[in-house]
Amino acid sequence: MDSVGLEAYLIVAAILFVCGVVCMATKRNGIGVLMGVELVLNGANVNFVAFSRYTPLGLDGQATALFVIVLAAAEAAVALAIALNYYNNYQTIDVDRGNELQG
Amino acid sequence: MTEQLLFWVFAILSCGGAVAVVANQNVVRMAFWLVVSLGSVAALFFLLHADFIGAAQLLIYVGGTVVLLVFGVMLTASGHTIRIQASSAETLLGAGVGLLLLCVLVFAVGGVDWVAISGRMPATDMSAESADDLMGRNLQERVTNSRTPQATAAASDSQSRFEARRQSGRTVRQLGLSFFGLRPDRNLNQSAGEALAPGFLLPFEIVSIHLLVVLIGAAYLARAKRRVTSGSGTDL
Repeated sequence: MDSVGLEAYLIVAAILFVCGVVCMATKRNGIGVLMGVELVLNGANVNFVAFSRYTPLGLDGQATALFVIVLAAAEAAVALAIALNYYNNYQTIDVDRGNELQG
Repeated sequence: MTEQLLFWVFAILSCGGAVAVVANQNVVRMAFWLVVSLGSVAALFFLLHADFIGAAQLLIYVGGTVVLLVFGVMLTASGHTIRIQASSAETLLGAGVGLLLLCVLVFAVGGVDWVAISGRMPATDMSAESADDLMGRNLQERVTNSRTPQATAAASDSQSRFEARRQSGRTVRQLGLSFFGLRPDRNLNQSAGEALAPGFLLPFEIVSIHLLVVLIGAAYLARAKRRVTSGSGTDL
């Protein structure tokens, strides 16, 4: 078959996943960490849809990808509310400043 | 050929956008490159014949989540934000660990024989498109089995219309029916005694309640409070 193979999509998903993980681990801005989370979830979605196309996974992969999109949007909303509270308490969004357990 | 070219364009855009998100220090530019990356991922979904997922990605991610993140950037902006810089040692360590993780993943992906494994997968071998094949076969049977000329004309007319409009990627109806509990990709071609394949009705209901809970929770968390001075208590 002349079309793009499965491994190419999996490698694209791996690159997205790794970029998301490095973003989550190294960013000091809390919103930057949230962007890393979105990249990770997108990498997983590309994996699901690629398997849905190239293997007998079929419709299950696409339905799971849809659920992942919906849950990621919900999680981004709550995480942003937490980030706003963090900013209200510390007057900065730098996550390295949150190094005390109390208040 | 066109598919290869389009795949390479959008793969480079999405991976480059992701690397740019990691590499940038300014959070507003990170948001821009995130838009580029997520839009290219939506284009990759369209290339994978998942039209509904691609459209949902554009609507929800690019049109919703990234806008939410930009709002967050606006509300948490301060003078310190622009000058937040990681030290060069941290940058090197992060890049090194990321490259190692990428090598592990690529090695795992390349070392598996996907064709042989997919031959061993259980249950069905009906992909999302082959239900259209089945429907095409049903329409063809109706054409060949019809007795009167009017029935033949009507059946072949509907078949030709179906064939003309049929493209792979039209998964909206099948996805919608699966969220209802029916699985048109598995239940159409079964013998009488087999159990029906389960749909996605229960996860759909659970996700709906989840969205409601998240809506209420986020609204409560982000409600207007009195501005606290540093050191005093909070009313979280």
